[in-house]
Amino acid sequence: MAGLTKHDLGQILARQGILIAFVVFMIGFSIANSRFIDPDNIMGVIRSSAILGVMALGVTFVVISGNLDLSVGSMMSFSTIVVLDLHDKIGPFMAIPTMFIMTMALGAFIGFLVAYLKLNSLIVTLGMLSAIHGLTLTYSGGKNMDIADKEGTWFKVFGQGDAMGIPIPILIFVVLAAVLGLLLAKTPFGRSVYAVGGNGVAATFSGLRRPRVVFMCYIISSFCVATAGLLQASRSLGSQNTVGQGLELEVLAAVILGGASLLGGSGTVFKTVIGVLILGFIQNGLLLVGLQFYVQYVVTWVIIILAVWLDIAAKRGKLWSPIA
Amino acid sequence: MKSGTLSTLLSRGAIWGFIVLELIFFTVAGEFFSLSEKAFMDVDNMLLLFKQSAPIGIIAMGMTIIMVNGNIDLSVGAIYALCAIVLLDSMTWPMFAGLGDMVIPVSWALALIVGVALGALNGFIVWKTGVDAFIVTLGSMLGYRGLVFMYNGEQPTSHLNWTLVDFAEAQFLGLHTPTWFLLVVTVVIWFIMNKTVHGRNAYAIGDNRTAAVNAGIRVGPHMMINFMIIGFLAALSAVVFYSESGSVNPNDGELYELWVITAVVLGGTKLTGGAGSIISTFGGVLAIQLLRKGLSHIGADTETVNLVIGLILIAVLFLDRQLNIKGKEELKV
Repeated sequence: MAGLTKHDLGQILARQGILIAFVVFMIGFSIANSRFIDPDNIMGVIRSSAILGVMALGVTFVVISGNLDLSVGSMMSFSTIVVLDLHDKIGPFMAIPTMFIMTMALGAFIGFLVAYLKLNSLIVTLGMLSAIHGLTLTYSGGKNMDIADKEGTWFKVFGQGDAMGIPIPILIFVVLAAVLGLLLAKTPFGRSVYAVGGNGVAATFSGLRRPRVVFMCYIISSFCVATAGLLQASRSLGSQNTVGQGLELEVLAAVILGGASLLGGSGTVFKTVIGVLILGFIQNGLLLVGLQFYVQYVVTWVIIILAVWLDIAAKRGKLWSPIA
Repeated sequence: MKSGTLSTLLSRGAIWGFIVLELIFFTVAGEFFSLSEKAFMDVDNMLLLFKQSAPIGIIAMGMTIIMVNGNIDLSVGAIYALCAIVLLDSMTWPMFAGLGDMVIPVSWALALIVGVALGALNGFIVWKTGVDAFIVTLGSMLGYRGLVFMYNGEQPTSHLNWTLVDFAEAQFLGLHTPTWFLLVVTVVIWFIMNKTVHGRNAYAIGDNRTAAVNAGIRVGPHMMINFMIIGFLAALSAVVFYSESGSVNPNDGELYELWVITAVVLGGTKLTGGAGSIISTFGGVLAIQLLRKGLSHIGADTETVNLVIGLILIAVLFLDRQLNIKGKEELKV
């Protein structure tokens, strides 16, 4: 330990703070309740985090490119309702691709507004949050959507099935995270996402087509949302119109917990996955300790602010803000 | 410069033009589609419109200051709910049992103090940690909502005080009590923003923070005061509304932040800070409420309101950008 100065220690804490916090939480909860560390419990937590996680993967791209997406929650409600409705009308084989196309069309519309018309992404997606919610209600007429034959359909495999003992939602989450993680970390496109988010003007002058990169980020985000809608629909086989309400902020919380800066240019898929798992395990751990579900809101609040604070404190080298 | 002045006039007056358009549209469309006998521009209907604008409108005034400052506050809905619970619950506390109706001002004061305190906490974190207000208030939106639930579980908190209900439903010079609160808040905040040093500093900080710091403005405390103002107004909004309704669910006030931000943006306040006007925000609040009322008047489903407001928000943003491009042609990169 002799080589480690106080400064180095601070740097390590800040860089890997989120991983360290994760480990501390896991150990703490394991001591508090031995059921927490049970493989079944861990599998259950990951499984129920999968839907939030899949959405967070896409939002990671959008946030790294320097934009926001507040519409993912109501977009997820939309895709869930659409796929459930179409399931009975045109069969699951056709319903799934149709739903993906419809959801990604919405994503393309947002992408067009933000990337090509250069409108502020916060307001655009805020407007779309409201607009897509209205669209969903108009589509369904405000009624809950249910599949008629819940026992006989193979559609439930996405949300409830198993493959080699691993639940399918987890498989989809892991595969999607791996593919998108590679896309972001190892391809020219991934690097251009960082470049555009880090310094948009410099990226444009280096010959990157900024609008196209931002547009693609929204397409990826809407693809992830459609996947999440599919998982949700298949898990419950019936849904309210507001199933995704409020998820946009939980998703954003997970992405921020993972260390992505809202200014763009930083964050990774792996860290977002950690952020999602932290939220999931905190929720589960608090429940197992015997606390109510809403205690997690308060805990999440403290954790988000501490995480972001430590992150920027490490960057500026001072704990307290220099604002006078 | 002529086109510049024109675009300023256009963007200043746009919201009022939009309101007039809405009025004309709903009056004409109402003749054909409305099921009710009454005209849309009926006096009672318009008075009700003002009254219903009050909860969102009071908070929107505070949000305008916050956004002129270049910040944002997502936690207003949760503050609103928490203050409502404090208001209703404190009236039943045994220690106030001997006060009779004098409990009302005490409960009001308690609720308002809680609102200011919650806002101050947000502002203090923004000031001292330097974390972006968006993230700070996103966190406290969750945290304060958690406190709401911890207060009384998932049960609604109810207490009806008839003196209070009479007061909240009263009409003075034809206007309802909530309308008066909205008007007074609008005037006071307008005065602060236009006639005081604090208001000028708010614009200066939002326009160019570095320059404001160099000019000797203490940015941190200034922003904290603004967060206390919006906390106070969120509490005031809750106090006015729940004095009448007397029952609060733990989910109340959810999505209020979105409605409030929509109203403020419709009024032409920039997210980047430095520009915005209280009067236009007032227009934005009225425009939204008119739209909600109008659509239900002509028999449109309530769900259409969300769709229309969302699309209008985007359209306003687009038009605003077009106008600004004309004004700032020479600044284009």
